[in-house]
Amino acid sequence: MLKSLNFKATIVAFLLLVVLLGSWEWMNQKPQATQALSEYELLMGGASQQAQVPPPSEIIKLAYEELSNPFYDAGPNDKGIGIQLAYSVYRVLVGFFLAALVAIPVGFLIGMSPLMYKALNPYIQVLRPISPLAWMPLALFIIKDSELSAIFVIFICSIWPMLLNTAFGVSNVRKDWINVAKTHQLSPIQTAFQVILPAAAPTILTGMRISIGIAWLVIVAAEMLVGGTGIGYYVWNEWNNLDLASVIFSIFMIGLIGMILDMILAAAARFVSYQE
Amino acid sequence: MSKHSFLEIQGLKKSYPGQTKGEETVIFEHANFNIEKGEFICVIGHSGCGKSTILNILAGLDEASDGLVFMNGKEVSGPSLERGVIFQNYSLLPWKTTLENIVFAVRAKWPHWPKEKIIEHSKHYLSLVGLDHALDRKPAQLSGGMRQRVSIARAFSTQPELLLMDEPFGALDALTRGVIQEELIKIWSESKQTVFMITHDVDEAILLSDRILLMSNGPHAQIAESVTVSIPRQRKRTDIIHHPDYYKIRNHLVDFLINRSKDLSGVATQVTAGQQPKTINLAS
Repeated sequence: MLKSLNFKATIVAFLLLVVLLGSWEWMNQKPQATQALSEYELLMGGASQQAQVPPPSEIIKLAYEELSNPFYDAGPNDKGIGIQLAYSVYRVLVGFFLAALVAIPVGFLIGMSPLMYKALNPYIQVLRPISPLAWMPLALFIIKDSELSAIFVIFICSIWPMLLNTAFGVSNVRKDWINVAKTHQLSPIQTAFQVILPAAAPTILTGMRISIGIAWLVIVAAEMLVGGTGIGYYVWNEWNNLDLASVIFSIFMIGLIGMILDMILAAAARFVSYQE
Repeated sequence: MSKHSFLEIQGLKKSYPGQTKGEETVIFEHANFNIEKGEFICVIGHSGCGKSTILNILAGLDEASDGLVFMNGKEVSGPSLERGVIFQNYSLLPWKTTLENIVFAVRAKWPHWPKEKIIEHSKHYLSLVGLDHALDRKPAQLSGGMRQRVSIARAFSTQPELLLMDEPFGALDALTRGVIQEELIKIWSESKQTVFMITHDVDEAILLSDRILLMSNGPHAQIAESVTVSIPRQRKRTDIIHHPDYYKIRNHLVDFLINRSKDLSGVATQVTAGQQPKTINLAS
């Protein structure tokens, strides 16, 4: 039953793909030229009077070219898609892990101490809704480095879900398990690592998963601002080049990498999950 | 007092502040009793009389409003590995396997033991409760009875001087309960640990204990009587019901729970601070 359900779902998904790509392809055909085009006309998009969204066939062709040599580097404005994505992933991971380094211990503190929770909560509530990009000018001024500023923006946007989820997970550890730690005379450090951390780990991982999703959303916008390298810069650069095929191709690549990042953390979450 | 009992409870009281200032709700007060080394004590009383609170105070998980607890002549404060607890809801750590749950306790007790010794010791206690085959299973994959067995193995594995059990079989079906009760007797008769156990089950109390403490109803609950179970060991579930004292004790307990527990509540009777529970011996 399940197998046939999967099979049916695959068929439906495939049909949808054919219909969507087919109609996209069909609606965006270049009109046939009635006479031979000049070199200038070819460059400006053939005989069409209006700019067209490039059809899927063109994008697949571009994707094939780009992906068969993803790491070429031909100067500051011509790098392979692989290099651009690697820059973005690198910034996201650095910002994300720095945030985890701060958020998880602070979340522990807030979760374990009602006093610290009450004391820090107003700051968290004010800082959390700020769009991470709003920090960018201040970050650029203080850090004076666009690369580090982008990482800072990732840091500040990934910190909140991890912080709040850690605090929530830690404060909701079952009283029974804390009592087990107490009756076995565990020190506070041992209790934190042997009981509270494994008990709260699934909640913490959920926070990390939300964080990396947000970080990946934000990096594109951040790189459009700071420029230089990265997939966000690449998208904006290709828009300036009026190369819509490249824009659409990189949109798909952003989705693909975002999915992979999420899958990695989902696998980590499965690893620490437990059944009560 | 020249000779101290193993465990001495003096003037224990638990109260909570009431609605208005200066007013307080007293759960129980003037709880005085002694437990000798190696005794198996059961406590019976209606819900709300504070028997779990007494157990938690002995475990160091709760604080008394007044009164003192001495073990081996030393005052008890805070939890300790010398006082093992078996909880009603097992309280196993669900991310650890059966074996890891025991190893956790053994390592807490003897942190300097080599790993092999810890594992060997843990396996020994799991085999005592018949769980050799389930070492690598997580608690979620075990039945309620098996979980409570793990919990019993965990408590015995640290060899505490005093074992505290809070309705350990309350959540189990009658058949499983009978089997585990006999396993408990078996392990206990080998180790001769002192046990303080709470139960709602009159038959269970008679089967397991040397002495049964009866608590009157709260608020102002008292430890009213201490009933000696005069049936010799080894006891078996199937045999003790034929012993001449069995129904005498049972009727006394049931009569207490149904009729007398509310009359003996501290609200109705004046109790002096130093009173010891009335010792009742129904042996023929």
